Amino acid sequence: MTEPGQKPGRLRPAPENFLSEAEVKEVARQGASSRRNFLRNSFIAAAGAMAAPALARAAEGDPNILGNPPWTTSLGMPVAANPYGLPSKYERNLVRRESPGLTRVSGSSVAFTPLQGLFGIITPSGLHFERHHQGWHDVDPSKHRLMINGSEPGFLKTAKVYTMDDIMRLPSVSRIHFIECGANTGMEWGNVAVPTVQYSHGMLSCSEFTGVPLRLLLEDCGVDFRKCRYVLAEGADGSSMTRTIPMEMVESGEVFVAYGMNGEMLRPENGYPLRLVVPGVQGVSWVKWLRRIEVGDQPWATKDEAVHYIDLLPDGQHRQYTSVQECKSVITSPSGGQMLLDTGFYNVTGIAWSGRGKVTRVDVSFDGGINWQVARLEGPIQSKALTRFNVNWVWDGKPAILQSRAVDETGYVQPSYGQLRAVRGTKSIYHNNAIQSWKVSETGEVSNVQVL
Amino acid sequence: MSRFSESLLVLALAGLSLSAQAFDTYKGLGRPATAAELKAWDIDVRPDFKGLPKGSGSVDLGSEVFEARCASCHGSFGESNEVFTPLVGGTTREDIKTGHVKSLVDGSAPQRSTLMKVATISTLFDYIQRAMPWTEPKSLKPDEVYGILAYLLNLAEVVPADFVLSDQNMAEVQKLMPNRNGMTTEHGMWPGKGMGNGGKPDVKGVACMRNCKTQVQLVSSLPDYAADAHGNLAEQNREVGPARGKVTGNREAGKAAESISENARVQQLAQSTGCMACHGVNARIVGPGYNEVLARYKGQADAETKLAQKVKAGGAGVWGSVPMPPHPQLSDADATALVKWILSGAPAK
Ligand code: HEC
Ligand code: HEC
Repeated sequence: MTEPGQKPGRLRPAPENFLSEAEVKEVARQGASSRRNFLRNSFIAAAGAMAAPALARAAEGDPNILGNPPWTTSLGMPVAANPYGLPSKYERNLVRRESPGLTRVSGSSVAFTPLQGLFGIITPSGLHFERHHQGWHDVDPSKHRLMINGSEPGFLKTAKVYTMDDIMRLPSVSRIHFIECGANTGMEWGNVAVPTVQYSHGMLSCSEFTGVPLRLLLEDCGVDFRKCRYVLAEGADGSSMTRTIPMEMVESGEVFVAYGMNGEMLRPENGYPLRLVVPGVQGVSWVKWLRRIEVGDQPWATKDEAVHYIDLLPDGQHRQYTSVQECKSVITSPSGGQMLLDTGFYNVTGIAWSGRGKVTRVDVSFDGGINWQVARLEGPIQSKALTRFNVNWVWDGKPAILQSRAVDETGYVQPSYGQLRAVRGTKSIYHNNAIQSWKVSETGEVSNVQVL
Repeated sequence: MSRFSESLLVLALAGLSLSAQAFDTYKGLGRPATAAELKAWDIDVRPDFKGLPKGSGSVDLGSEVFEARCASCHGSFGESNEVFTPLVGGTTREDIKTGHVKSLVDGSAPQRSTLMKVATISTLFDYIQRAMPWTEPKSLKPDEVYGILAYLLNLAEVVPADFVLSDQNMAEVQKLMPNRNGMTTEHGMWPGKGMGNGGKPDVKGVACMRNCKTQVQLVSSLPDYAADAHGNLAEQNREVGPARGKVTGNREAGKAAESISENARVQQLAQSTGCMACHGVNARIVGPGYNEVLARYKGQADAETKLAQKVKAGGAGVWGSVPMPPHPQLSDADATALVKWILSGAPAK
């Protein structure tokens, strides 16, 4: 992640040039498009796509009803035409995307999940966000090994090596958990910087993972849990990502080594064939292509817990080993960069999550946080998993500011930007869980704004 | 019914106690690691220097190795912002005395460099040894890592120019790290007992429901000039449902989406073959940007064959002294497809 300086009230000038000067001029020249512009554009697009006579018959009824479409009057595709099924071609807009200018090289970068178009709580595996530090590989599972050893030989009875065959024979668990990068929403600490929820909150996914509790493996090696209060997880990629995990989370049975994701094997970009699952903790700890676990009596201060994933406070100190992702929520529809079709009824929907357990309540405001109402939570509500919320809304065409605020089972209430910045300032990069605001203007345009 | 759940409970308890004494339970799974295997993979170095290999390296050696293996990405003095944030810069002699980097408070440095942040010298040794150079990780010998680290610390005036860093004096140099006192674990976000305040949050919202404030203070919105920075949002939203994406940015981009096919395949190939690690579409990384390659060879009839051969064979001298590694595993067809794609502007779709 990058660590730029910030100017309040302006697009944060990322060090690697968020926009080139020429681009800035071009954008200024074009100006923001109004709703009318938008409607004209989509009308032109629609007219181009539709056959002209359709308009002439509009008076009789909907041409989609009056004239049966081709799919109703012809033979469809055979089974297994797509041996591995793909989304409809009409869904092509919803893909992972990089945020231009955020990072300099795509091998150490992020591709964001298109939250604006997702339903429920499970992220389709092909849309799970990506964050790699040294590129990704498609690791040969027959050559992949998991080693478990100790910082001192006496910390376990036997240092062991497991093949994937071994691991997949062990007793397994399947659990649904969210994974959020510690830097999610990090671009927005100082001011609004990105237009849509994909870029503001899209380093977030939720899947059902299947694998073996790490406790079981450590017990199999005869680990001395009294002496070993820390665990190091290490990846098999070039970066050999390393992170320190507290033994308490392993002992509780929550941490597991996963090979399955949403019913199939992990995708290569998500650590095929083995990754660590550390529920509620920032994604960097969910080490991908997991090759080694070391048990020890001290934290390791690895690069990604001593140079990055440390949170700068106003007094110049960095908080180190901030792992928990605190309670947070965001409205995904309608959200930034969208245009409402019309006035009238909308099902406002979003997601909430907490690294400390279950979400117990989500409140939604349509007036920028003056008044709130309780949203409907969709079950089952699971610990350290996304929870979907919905709330009815009739848009009367007047300006509105939409917000959501989540509460978790510890009683923690998601803070506002004002509350968060009062303690942590604006340079922390990580762990921004502030209440998100979407402004709806009279034109129906939804845009990203910040409210204290 | 009650009997049934009781027996379930008993089973669950049995499962628990079984796993508590599970050593030797999972018969036939896993095997002891050999000493050589442990040595090969257990390369981590802790802040107390457990794991530090024996060895030493001078600032001079480090300067040589850095120029040859690191400077192409990080700049000769670790100052470059091209590929990653600078490694060196923003620290002062005063910081070396206090152990607190002042520019982190007053914002006087344009970037937060690695040496401004890192408190533990072990972190740098561990990381360079495991992960750098980026495209050839784990290729450095311990003495080279010591030398490089000495060189970086010399650039920051932490050690003198004739310094030799070794496993023997790492602990002494640790006492000079400019930000060695810059970390705190006094927070509630460590999910264990060993550090922090036991999970007490520092910030708390208020679950007020009615008349929570008298006015809405809108402090930031997306500036107009940034509206197009992320491309056409209409093409990033579903075309059916309660809303549409706003038309912004490059309106042409989406039109070609139907014909994904060849360009997308070759772009993916460029990613998976590692070309993109060294070449940006519009930016120099280690090698020239594809835009520069296009500009140089536009309209040259033999460029395609010549460049395809060069990609396979590697080589230096056309763009500078840094060589491109050979790509022998690449088929002729793929090498040609990659060059064709580059010479057509490296389109994404
Ligand atoms: C091909 C380009 C490239 C080369 C060559 C290279 N690096 Fe790097 N280096 C990177 C990138 C990219 C990162 C960021 C990796 C990440 O995001 O985790 C990095 C990160 C680092 C960091 C951590 C910086 C931080 O603040 O996190 C250090 C230290 C470093 N490199 C040292 C070296 C040394 C020493 C060499 C030579 C032995 C070297 N690099 C060669 C690209 C390169
Ligand atoms: C480790 C970094 C690296 C990688 C990986 C890499 N290149 Fe290069 N590439 C370079 C450098 C450095 C040059 C400049 C060589 C020179 O000056 O002659 C270069 C030059 C080129 C040129 C221009 C050659 C000329 O003679 O003008 C092309 C075309 C090219 N690369 C394509 C590719 C393709 C395609 C791939 C992936 C198969 C790739 N490169 C992978 C570093 C790299």
